[in-house]
Order: sequence, then structure tokens, then C-alpha cells
Amino acid sequence: MKKHLLSAADLSRDDAELILTTAEELRSLADRPIKKLPALRGRTIVNLFFEDSTRTRISFEAAAKRLSADVINFSAKGSSLSKGESLKDTALTLEAMGADAVVVRHWASGAPHLLANAGWSRSSVINAGDGTHEHPTQALLDAFTMWRHLGDLDGRRVAIVGDVLHSRVARSNALLLQTLGAEVTLVAPPTLLPYGVDTWGVSTSYDLDAVLPKSDVVMMLRVQRERMNASYFPTVREYSRRYGLDGRRMASLQDHTIVMHPGPMIRGMEITADVADSDRSVIVEQVTNGVAVRMAVLYLLLGGSEPAVGGAAHELSGGEE
Amino acid sequence: MSTSYLIKNAAVLGGEPTDLLIRDGVIVSVGVGLEASGVEVVDATGLVALPGLVDLHTHLREPGREDAETVETGTRAAALGGFTAVHAMANTDPVADTAGVVEQVWRLGREAGHCDVFPVGAVTVGLAGERLAELGAMADSAARVRVFSDDGKCVSDPIVMRRALEYVKAFDGVVAQHAQEPRLTEDAQMNEGELSGRLGLRGWPAVAEEAIIARDCLLAAHVGSRLHVCHVSTAGSVEIVRWAKEKGWDVTAEVCPHHLILTDELAATYDPIYKVNPPLRSAADVEALRAGLADGTIDIVATDHAPHPHEDKDCEWQAAAFGMLGLETALSIVQETMVDPGLLDWAGVAERMSAAPARIGRVTSHGRPLAEGEPANVVLYDPSVRRTVVASEMASLSRNTPYAGMELPGRVVATFLRGKPTVIDGKLATPHENTRFAPVPAGTPA
Repeated sequence: MKKHLLSAADLSRDDAELILTTAEELRSLADRPIKKLPALRGRTIVNLFFEDSTRTRISFEAAAKRLSADVINFSAKGSSLSKGESLKDTALTLEAMGADAVVVRHWASGAPHLLANAGWSRSSVINAGDGTHEHPTQALLDAFTMWRHLGDLDGRRVAIVGDVLHSRVARSNALLLQTLGAEVTLVAPPTLLPYGVDTWGVSTSYDLDAVLPKSDVVMMLRVQRERMNASYFPTVREYSRRYGLDGRRMASLQDHTIVMHPGPMIRGMEITADVADSDRSVIVEQVTNGVAVRMAVLYLLLGGSEPAVGGAAHELSGGEE
Repeated sequence: MSTSYLIKNAAVLGGEPTDLLIRDGVIVSVGVGLEASGVEVVDATGLVALPGLVDLHTHLREPGREDAETVETGTRAAALGGFTAVHAMANTDPVADTAGVVEQVWRLGREAGHCDVFPVGAVTVGLAGERLAELGAMADSAARVRVFSDDGKCVSDPIVMRRALEYVKAFDGVVAQHAQEPRLTEDAQMNEGELSGRLGLRGWPAVAEEAIIARDCLLAAHVGSRLHVCHVSTAGSVEIVRWAKEKGWDVTAEVCPHHLILTDELAATYDPIYKVNPPLRSAADVEALRAGLADGTIDIVATDHAPHPHEDKDCEWQAAAFGMLGLETALSIVQETMVDPGLLDWAGVAERMSAAPARIGRVTSHGRPLAEGEPANVVLYDPSVRRTVVASEMASLSRNTPYAGMELPGRVVATFLRGKPTVIDGKLATPHENTRFAPVPAGTPA
């Protein structure tokens, strides 16, 4: 594994599978009465959030704490317009404090890349979502969820539906799922597919109804209402009619097909309540899996050469202060 | 200091070794084996002699952003790059949209003395694109403005553009358009292509440039005006300009050195040193621009020298400023991309970097042939050496060169402005350091 996790493209198939199997071991921890391992005791992990994202932050925080790391939450909101402290000075500050890993969420695409490569800091950098670029741990937790339900992803068909253009989740998933052998189809109105998407190695479709019956996984993306003001689509109603997942469409899915959503959902827009709350929906499970996957990423990036759990149970009983 | 120079064995426009005798700011004699007494002899064996370069597109940042560049430092950089004249863009603070501001910039240029500074006037008040600035007042001022541009912003309103094109005919001016359709480029960060989608950086599509160029060519033809297109960056733009020229319309175009050599692939580093407007484009665009410059579709090379302080580049790509330095590397880039591959000879370089920009800017004292009786604006250039670009060695106050660490061919050895060396042995020679910030001696009348 590389030192940083900036893009899902940083992961080889072996890397990705190691993360998934490690996450599987760590997930079993959730069923134990004491949900804590000493693996990262004495290590410092900074959650550096330049953009609000409570769910991602608490997921990383829970993951780090379950590995006994010290966690510092650093919220540094600021946009290009209201410049506060620069990314560079923030990085130098964290470096001076001795952070072992920095989990960064940023409104600017490429900010984690800069943090990792500008020479400001020696920490491992984990991209927790940058602009409209990537969100690799989300893709890992999505893949992990699929893998638990469907087994090996080779040849599995995954439909990713919605605002692909503005979605870092879609970009990371497109990369990672291909690495793991799945066939990805991006489904969106043409206005919400990025220029040059034909070079991504994925299929694209404008017709959700044609794609659904063939899919093993349907991943719905959030679509902001405000997009209609910029003419990406005419109205919320028209969007929902053409690209929303409702009960009627759900009926066309194969029995084993699962429905996913990275959250936060806009019920009634891209997904109806009956679908979100149905048996096919694994949306809540994605959250649980997120903690396990992030534990695996932190553990592996911070140099865990020993098995994460093997022997740890012993340490756990004897070593917990 | 001597006012007469005998330049020996210079390859004038890359031709056979020739001597040039310069006296009192004028080339008094050109020939082989010239002799003269009381002159300083400059051995130019192995050097190419070109007329002093003329840049139609320079940002000197003064007034307003003296932390990025001043007229003093920017014109030093110009002289070291072989330029004897630069056109200072209008997007200063305050904007150069009045006779007062253009005269200030013009005067600062004269005081600095490293090269001639011809201020560009804003087309519209405050570059806002709404009302014409007092173009006539700027034309009639001591700065004698002939080039008008809202560069940095596009004159996107078609009726304002039409009126500007018409109005400047009264004093033989030209509108230099920054062709960028604003709605198609809101928050645009890089060339819209395969990479912008992957990198999650908002795209700046070629059509946003080409649509404006096509419209402006049609407008210029309709009202019988001349149009200059700034920093053409796409293959499609070259096609449109070629088409307009075939129609016989009075349209000229420029290309920047960086668009001749760098591509959008560099954005994958997320290093904003490569962030520029218009953005770096594809390799196919680069090839089309080189071909267009070679065949004359693109008339000139202009640097778009755009200094920025370090902190405006040492940050997130989206937060960073657009622009890169250009004056001190322009001739080397043109050698690398045009001369060495055989696309342009040195006479062609003189045309594209001196004669043509002077004509477009209606500057009569520059861009002249190296011949008897002509003003002694001369650059001596050694194309045989190679050098590694070091940002900290730049004369510019800023350091935002995208070429740092790159090895480039050629070196400016000497630059003469009206017979006086501004650069000699590759170093600044201008004797009079700028003294305008020096304390005023006691007793000086106010």
C-alpha cells in the first residue's frame, strides 16, 4: 500500500482486497461488548475538515478511537472567498503537533493531493472527500457492503444513478469497482455526466429502466434541487420521473439486487421512502461498514504489519487500562 | 559611457556574420568588416541579432499589486528576455481606464528605462463590460494608447464590443479581445477534456473561446474595424482566425509561449503553477498552435507575463490565481518549439516577436529592420547554449514560472534600446537604477 490514500486509483486489486478482508475481521469487533483494540495506541490522527460533514467525521472518529488512536478534530472552514488560514499553515501546524495521519475533507478538488505532495508534512494523508474529485473510503465501504452481500465482485453489474458530474462518490466507485472486476454503468441525464466520461472504462446510459433489470447493485446518488436552477434538469418532478428509484422500478430488480445510497438521502427526489426502507436497502448497513473500512484503512496505512485482530483479543483482555 | 557600439560578426536574422555600427541610438552602418574608432566593440560571433522584441501582452501589476510586480521589475525582466518594448495590460488597481492612469504607467516606464512601456487602455470602465472608457482621452494622452483591452475579462456584451470596435477607428486603435464566454466558464479551472472530469476540476471548454472569436471576427468585418485576439489557445480558434483572414478581414491573433509547449496533463499535479487563463490545452491544440504560428495564421507571440505573489500560488488549485511568468523565457520557448524543429527561421521569429506586434500596436519606433538609419533596438541571442531555469534567479518580483527546473535552449546576451545596452553579457546593464523611492534631498523645491 502507498503511504497516502488520495484516490481510489491508488489501490491495486491486492491492496483493495486486503482492506476488505481486514475490514471483515475488524467488523466482528462491533459484535463484542468492548469495541476497542490497542493497535494504534499512541498514534495521533487528525480529522481536518474544511467542509462540514458530520457523518464522515464521526465515522473516522469512531474508527480511530476503536483502534485506540488519539483523535484531534480540526474544523477549518473557509472558502476561496473568505480565506482564513491557508492550507499550508494548517498543514505546518499539524506537522508541528506530530500528527501521524491526517484525514482531510476539503471543498477544493486536489487539496489532499497538495497536502500529501507539497512537502509541508510527513503525515499519511487520507482523502475524506475533495471537491468534486474523489472519496475513496466511501468507495471502499460501498465495495465492502457489496462484497458482503454478493461475494466476489468479478462480473457483477453495478448501476450508479444520479448526479455523476458533481459526485466524488461516483468517481471513486467507478475506479475501485473496475479494479475489483465489476462492470459499472453510470446512469444520468446527459447534463449530469462529466465531459470525457467515455474514457473512464465504464458504460453510460440515459435510461434507468433499461439498466435496472440487469443490475446486481443499484447505487443512488444525491441530487441537489438547486441543480435545476442551472438547467441541469427542468424540474424536480421530471427528474424523479426519469431517474428516481420508486416502488414500481424496484419491482423490476432481480431478487438478489441491493439498493445503496451514500447519504444523505433526499427522499422523494432520487429515492422514495418505500425503497429506502425496503429489505433491499443496505443504506444503514453502509454506515456500520464505513467504520470497519476506515479502521482497516487507518490500521494498514499506519503500518500495521501484524494482523489487526489476531492476538489482539489477548491484548484486549490483558492490556486494556 | 560610450554611446557608440560596433557589433561584430552577428548573424542578423540568423544570416551570415555581419557588423552593425550603432551611434546615437541609430544603426548607422551594416556590413562586413566595418571599422570605427572611439566605439565599444561587442563580439557577437555565434550570436543571432534580432530587432528588439515587442510584447503586446504584459502584466506589470503597477499600480495596485506592487507585491507581484512593478514597472521597474517587470521591465528589467523584459530587457533580460530581449524585449525593448512591452504593452502593459490595463487590469491594474485602479484600472487603466483613464488618461491619468495610462500616463502614470507610461511615465514609470520612462523613468525605469529598461524598455519602452506602452500602456494598454481598458475598453470599458473598471473592466466591467458595461460602458466605454474614455478611449479617445487615452489615445490623445502622452501615453498615445492604441491598444485597448479588458484582458482578464472578456468584452462579452456584443453591443459594447461592436461599439468599441467602431469607436477606436477614429484614432487607428485596436481592440484586443480576451475571448472567454463568461457563462460557459463560470468557476472554470482547467481545459474541459478527459482530465477535467477525472480530476473534478470545472472545465473551461474550447467552445467558450471559439464562440467569442467567431462572433468578434464577424463583428469586425461588419463594421470594418480591426480586431486582435489575445492568447489563442485552441485548434478551433486557429481555424476560425484562418477563415477570417481568408475572407480578407483585418483580424490578428497572438499565442503565448506556454500554450506552445505545455499541456493540460500538468493539471494532474494539482500544482497551481500550471493554472493559467486560458488554460493549458491538449497536445493536439499545441500542435495546431505551432502550425498556425508557422503559417502566419497566428501573427505574433505575446507572453501574457502574469506575475503573482507566492501565497497566491502556494494553495489549493481552486483558490489559486491564474497566470504565469513569461518575459524571461519567451524567446527560449520559441526556439525550442518553433526554430529548432524547423517550423520558423530567425527572420520569422523577428516578424512574430518584433515587427508584427509593433505594427498591431502602431508602434513605429520598434519592430524595424536591422538596417541603416533604423532605430538601434537590437537583441543578441546565443541559440547554442542550454540553461536550466531557476525561479529564484528571475528578475521578476514574482516566482511563478512553470519552467523551473526545465532545461531550455538559448540565452539573451545583450539588448540595446535606442543604442544603449539594457542587457550586456546576459546581465542588466541599465546604469540608472530607479530612484523614485529615494529620499528627497533637503532643499529640493516641492
